[in-house]
Amino acid sequence: MKHIKTLNTQTLQNTMKKGGCGECQTSCQSACKTSCTVGNQSCENNR
Amino acid sequence: MVHQYKNNGYHILLDVNSGSVHVVDELVYEMVPYYKEKELSEIIALLKDRYPKEEIREAAADLEELINAGKLYTEDIYENYIQEIVEAKKPVVKALCLHIAHDCNLACRYCFAEEGEYHGRRALMSYEVGKKALDFLIANSGSRKNLEVDFFGGEPLLNWQVVKDLVAYGREQEKLHQKNFRFTLTTNGVLLNDEVQEFVNREMSNVVLSIDGRKEVHDYMRPFRNGAGSYDRILPKFQKLADSRNQERYYVRGTFTRHNKDFSKDVLHLADLGFQQISVEPVVGTEEETYALRAEDLPEVFAEYDRLAAEMVRRYRTGKAFTFFHFMLDLTGGPCVAKRLSGCGSGTEYLAVTPWGDLYPCHQFVGDEKYRMGNVDEGITRPDIRDTFKNCNVYSKEKCRDCFAKFYCSGGCAANAHKFHGSIHETYDISCELERKRVECAIMIKAAEAEKDEVESDEEK
Ligand code: SF4
Ligand code: SF4
Ligand code: SF4
Repeated sequence: MKHIKTLNTQTLQNTMKKGGCGECQTSCQSACKTSCTVGNQSCENNR
Repeated sequence: MVHQYKNNGYHILLDVNSGSVHVVDELVYEMVPYYKEKELSEIIALLKDRYPKEEIREAAADLEELINAGKLYTEDIYENYIQEIVEAKKPVVKALCLHIAHDCNLACRYCFAEEGEYHGRRALMSYEVGKKALDFLIANSGSRKNLEVDFFGGEPLLNWQVVKDLVAYGREQEKLHQKNFRFTLTTNGVLLNDEVQEFVNREMSNVVLSIDGRKEVHDYMRPFRNGAGSYDRILPKFQKLADSRNQERYYVRGTFTRHNKDFSKDVLHLADLGFQQISVEPVVGTEEETYALRAEDLPEVFAEYDRLAAEMVRRYRTGKAFTFFHFMLDLTGGPCVAKRLSGCGSGTEYLAVTPWGDLYPCHQFVGDEKYRMGNVDEGITRPDIRDTFKNCNVYSKEKCRDCFAKFYCSGGCAANAHKFHGSIHETYDISCELERKRVECAIMIKAAEAEKDEVESDEEK
């Protein structure tokens, strides 16, 4: 594609099947103790 | 829903419901808002004076390809799905915040814990209470293997022996129950020494070091009780600790307020001191507080985030990259949509434990009697509180439904919402504006990184 560059290959729809196992880190636990940020976490199953 | 914006010279499309991020040229950027409604012939008529027809056709073909791949104009199909997941889930607890010391050797002006005392009296958690908390966690964690325990305060180093004893107890119990404890420590650094450092490096998967940035900023907000600044006392210890961990698995963490709206300078100050894992976040405070951020401050704060993001791109290009917590974004291995929609986990899988063993939905609710959910002896005695938190997600909040950041922010912080609106099902507008800005910056950085990586791999060819 000449006009568009897509940065990610996965889509969120694709994560519905195997998702929700709950093994990943709790979002407030790491560096910010006053805000919720999940977009920056990693899936424990992709490690 | 498609969110489009320009930042640092990039034209970006975020297809919200698929999470796809597209960097596009100006032509496509212009076409996207009306592409679905209009015929190609109409679009060509609109744009033909400024773009060659062939280009417009090509761009349209590219857009078609994305639509067919489920990466553009996608619908939100997750509401029922998440409801099913929430209902099917047995309540498990997988993370505890242990308030190991309700006491502090600093007197930070913005401390939500009121100098560590949390609207209560000073207290240290006993080993007995801590042990019961770990037992409670293991017993309520179902099949979850990874259990997180944060030693928090006040200042946890004021009760250091108990921290060490609890880690030893946890290590013994995890083997018996096939669990894996991930311990973390949050400290202001005053009592940090070689012995603490050695232990932390051996046992703690993360350590959070509180420092606000430039000396004058830090010393103003984080004085000792006698008023003297704490910067000079803690900085060398933090630098040493960060290096001893290879600049990994730690954060220096600061707070910016109305007094340092130019906080990008504080972030860069920390980076220039050699820190590579940095988190500096907006203070949370009500209007009466002079340090609290107000709506009128937003344009200035947005500009700061832009400045910081652009500078981070520059440093990335010259091999001096550092991590800024709120700009981290995992576009390839990020969390599943279920995780993204279920919020921070407060009140359900994440609980805070007071020195007396009382359970609260999270550290920010500690001391608010209405939210006491039980204690480590009896377990959860108020499942109704848990259920309220369990049903709190992006779809339970009107404002989140139409928000482009919903899959990154997950509905915001329940404690902030409660503080400002008295309900956890609300959102706190200033935080939301900042969150959306950070998501935009974070995506721009990814676009810039992808470009650099591309140039480099071309050069290698
Ligand atoms: S570990 Fe991965 S799949 Fe499991 S809940 Fe977390 S993000 Fe989803
Ligand atoms: S930024 Fe605000 S409105 Fe958007 S998802 Fe987060 S809490 Fe909801
Ligand atoms: S309610 Fe807010 S402070 Fe509490 S755990 Fe959630 S995001 Fe963190």
